[in-house]
Order: sequence, then structure tokens, then C-alpha cells
Amino acid sequence: MLTFTLRRLLLAIPILLVISLVIFLLVDLAPGSPMSEIPLTVPPEVRQKMIAAMGADQPVFVRYLLWLKQFFWVEPMTLVDGWFGTTFVEGEQRILSWQSRSPVFDIIGQRIPQTLTVVGTAYLVGILIAVPIGIYSAYRQYSVFDQAGTLFAMIGFSVPTFFSGTLFIIIFAVWLGWFPTKYDTTLTVTDWESFVQRLRQMALPVMTLGLANAAAISRYMRSSMLDNMAMDYVRTARAKGMSERVVVLKHVLRNSLIPVVTVIALGIPSIFGGAIITENLFGVNGIGAALIGAIHANDIPMVQTLAFIFAVLIVLFNLIADVIYGLLDPRIRYD
Amino acid sequence: MTDTSAATKPSSPLRDVWVQFRSHKGAMFGLITLSVLIIAVLIGPYLWVPEKLSVAQAIKLKNQGPSLRFPLGTDQLGRDMLARMLLAGRISLAVGLVAMGIAIVFGTLIGVLAGYFRRLDGPLMRLTDMFLALPLIPLLLVMVMLFRDRIAGLIGPEMGAFTLIVFAIGITSWMATARIVRGEVLTLKEREYVLAARSIGARPNRIILRHILPNVISPVMVAATLGVAEAIITESVLSFLGLGFPPDFPTWGRLLYDGLQYMQVYPERVVWPGVAISLTVLSVNYIGDGLRDALDPRIRGR
Repeated sequence: MLTFTLRRLLLAIPILLVISLVIFLLVDLAPGSPMSEIPLTVPPEVRQKMIAAMGADQPVFVRYLLWLKQFFWVEPMTLVDGWFGTTFVEGEQRILSWQSRSPVFDIIGQRIPQTLTVVGTAYLVGILIAVPIGIYSAYRQYSVFDQAGTLFAMIGFSVPTFFSGTLFIIIFAVWLGWFPTKYDTTLTVTDWESFVQRLRQMALPVMTLGLANAAAISRYMRSSMLDNMAMDYVRTARAKGMSERVVVLKHVLRNSLIPVVTVIALGIPSIFGGAIITENLFGVNGIGAALIGAIHANDIPMVQTLAFIFAVLIVLFNLIADVIYGLLDPRIRYD
Repeated sequence: MTDTSAATKPSSPLRDVWVQFRSHKGAMFGLITLSVLIIAVLIGPYLWVPEKLSVAQAIKLKNQGPSLRFPLGTDQLGRDMLARMLLAGRISLAVGLVAMGIAIVFGTLIGVLAGYFRRLDGPLMRLTDMFLALPLIPLLLVMVMLFRDRIAGLIGPEMGAFTLIVFAIGITSWMATARIVRGEVLTLKEREYVLAARSIGARPNRIILRHILPNVISPVMVAATLGVAEAIITESVLSFLGLGFPPDFPTWGRLLYDGLQYMQVYPERVVWPGVAISLTVLSVNYIGDGLRDALDPRIRGR
């Protein structure tokens, strides 16, 4: 297991390097650059200085290597310096956003709590809805509940979040007036009232994303339960005279959760990246909104860094899913 | 299942598939809905020709509710919503189909090469892994944002946007097909009939085209159906984020995006395109489900 993990970690390094190069080149070599946005009235020598100040006058490979160094050495060490008061990278240049001229990682640090509260809660809610639905659908296969669950999952797959979100806004915010349409990022929870306020503004985005997540996960849960219900050990457990509750919720559920847990792990990167639409729709000032803003503003370092962070998360959680699978299921041996 | 006509007509594989497909209620619902939608967007614009209005007339007629004259009302510029919906549907469906086509051709090519030629297997599958690890929506957004103007300058804004979006979606969604095809090819190429073909001196391209490809069609068909749904959703996401088609070249996603500003006053302008997208995707997904069951000989006849 340990050798497998180490081997996969080592293998991830070249993959990530190639991905970083692809992202860097795609974003960098493309025509629309902020240099073209400098007004024509600016004299050429000033324009030259502006470009040099952004570090954009260097050849591509120099900038790529510099960016790699900043991403893998300067930024983590800045974090270490911040924690322990050391001065490993004092005065070294960090990755700067072209929009705000502040370090990209500071912006990410400000944005990530918003994303995690809203999208993370939605993912949890989705799991909590999906698992019971999946269990009961499988236990009563082809029953009315199962049919309804299948329909629910099919609709959840098919209705894109930007439409379900809009529908929720129209129904719950415009017609019924229960929840606010926009998420207020400046709200801080100080007392009971502001806490309720926070819950109310979280309701719509969480519902939108939670339903989409629940649809997919409930399908996996159901098919995994069905696979296990047909196993011999289930018949044995019943023959021993165990109650249905113990058979289903202990024997079958534990074994069925193994593939579902890996599916859940594989979906975690989408918490960070895939919620771009929802964040945009409800005005949650998170990572996804930061990415869209950076793309519209031609903020190349920000886009490169965010896209690469998403890629790192995908690779990392693929590995974690594989490791979890191996840990939970003793039949699986990687060595 | 055993109807009387089965005795007179010999059952062909296609017939079996159709019989099984027909027994899947969701799939039939999907097929009918999708057919209606396709027919509507294909011949609808010829049947429903919006009346020519001068600018002044159009401004007066803006933001109308549904009426006999404008069955779905008019938008903020006085344009007939029904006509726009029909035209937009054409483009949305075309994007889905063409992007899926690109993805399937590309995925099948990579899958067959990786499965059949052992030397190519490693590099091609690493490539697939790499593509799977790319954050696709951000990259699509970046691609569209950065190349839109350049391509629009080459072949015009409309065709430019279409080509760019279709190509970008196709090039980022072939991985699942490639993996499925590779797996199938790996088992198929060890079969006796492939061995027999090779022993009489058939060249690899003939073996692939005549003996292997016809046998991977069924999983590819399922992947293709689901791919259409994915592509339609991806296109509407791009349009929704304002990085899709130009406003005078509408798709359902674009109409939804345009309607968002007026959502509080005229919610129907968001609902119509949203329902259209959802219905299309839902029926395509159901068709994919039914196809998967129908093409699997183990399930057939149950």
C-alpha cells in the first residue's frame, strides 16, 4: 500500500508538470493579452515599462520556470514563514495578480472560505440526501419509491444547475420571498440573528448544488446496494435469523459504501472548481467567481494559478480515492 | 415478447434491439420528445415566420406577454420569443451533435490505436489520464475567451463562435469513449476470428475496420448519446457565463442568460429555454439508458 502510494505520488509529478506546461502555454500564447489593452495614447517607452513591470517582457520559458519556482517554492515557504516567523523567502517575488497587484494566493486565501462554506455544505447535504434514498431504493427495488428515486436522479442529472438555480430563485426568492436572491459575502455571524440570516442566504445555492450532487450519488448507492443484496453472505445472515435492520444497515450497507466513498472522494475537486456556475448565479464571492473575474479581466497569472490548483486537486483526489479503495476493501491489492 | 409475427419474420439483431428498446418506457418517452423537438426546430422556423416590424413598432411591442400574435411573448427588444426559441434550438442541437461527433471520432481513434497497438498503449493512455486531470470548464472558458476574436476575424463571428465552441467541447470530451473503446478492443483482438483474419494475412487496418470496429459500435453508441447531452449542457454553461455565442446568434443557453436580467419581472423568459435544455438532455439521457439495455444481449429478452 505504501509503495503503491509512493509510486503514484512520484508518477503524479511528471503528469502535473505536463499539465502545468499545457495550462501555462494555452493561457500565455493566446492572443488576447492585457498588453493589448493599454491605451494607444500611452507613449511606447512607457508602455514598454508597464510590460516590464508585469514581468511580461521575458521569453515564455523564463516566465514558466519563474512561475513554477514561485508556485512550488516561494508560495509554500511564504506560508511557512507566516506560521513560524522564519525568513526563507523574504523579498522573493510572489505570483502577483495583474488585476489587483496583490499576491494571487492571498486572494485565494480570502475567497476559499466562501466556497468551502457554501459548496462544501451543498456536497454534504447532497450525500446526506443521497445515501438514504439509495439504500431504500435498492431495498425495495422497482417499488414506487424506487421509481420516484430513479426519476429524481434522472431529472437531477439532466437539469443543469444554472436552470435549477434560476428556478429556485424565481420560486423561493421572487414569488414566495423566503430567501434572499443574492449571497451577501460581507455578512459576519455574530449573534443568533445573523446566523439565521447566513442560513437563509445559503439555502438556495446549497439546495441547487445539493440536489445535483444527490442525484448522482444516490444512483451509485443504489446500484452498489443492489450488487451486494444478491450476495451469498446476505442470505447467510438472513438464514442465521438476523433482523432485516441488521442485515441491511450493517452487513450490506458497510460493503456497499466502499465504492460510494471513492465516488464521493472523486467528486471533491468539483467542490472547488465545478461550482463556478452556482457561485456566479448567487453572487457567492468564492474561487469560481474569482476565476471568471480573472478570465474576463485577462489576469493571466491568476487564471494559470487557479487552473493549475484545480488540476492538482483532481490528481490528488484520484490518488486518495484509489488509496481509500485499497484500505477499505481487503480484496484489492495494488502490489 | 413472443408475438405472432416473430414466427413469420426471422428476427434480426437490429429487430431484437428495437423490441427491447421499445419496452423501456423512459427511452420511448425520450425518443418521442426528442423527435418532436428536432422536427420543431427543423421545420418550425419555416412555419412560424415572425412578422417584419420596424424598429419603432418593435420597441412598442417589447416585453409582451404570451398572446395569439406572439405565443411566447416578446423580449426586451420586441423580438418574437417563439421564433428565437426555434432558431436557438437548431444551434443548440447542432452544437451537441457536432461536438459529440468530434469527440466520438477522436475517442474511437485513440481507443482503437491504444487497444490494438501495444506500443502506443502506454503513451496514449497517459495522454488520456492527463486530459482527465485537466480542469475542463475553466480551460474551455479560457480557450473561448482568448481565441474568440482571432477566429471570428478569420471566418466571421457566427461561424467562428460555432467552430470554436464545437471544437473546444469535442476536444475535451473524448476521454470516456477512448477508455471504453480501448477496453473493448483489448478483449476483441484476442478473439479467434481476429486470429483467423490475421492468419490469412489481413493487414491491421483491415482487421480494425472490418472485424473490430463493428463490434465496438454498441458501447460507442451509448457513449455518443450521453455525449450529446453533455455537449449541450457544456455549451449552455459557456453561453450562461457570457462566453458562448454572440447575442444575435442565439442558443438556448444564451436566451437563458439574456433572460436572467429580467428574471424577476418576466420569469417565463428564463423558464422556456431552461425547460427546452432540460427536456432535451433528459430525453437524450433516457435514450442512452434504453440503448444501453437494448444493446446488451445479457439483459435482452428479460
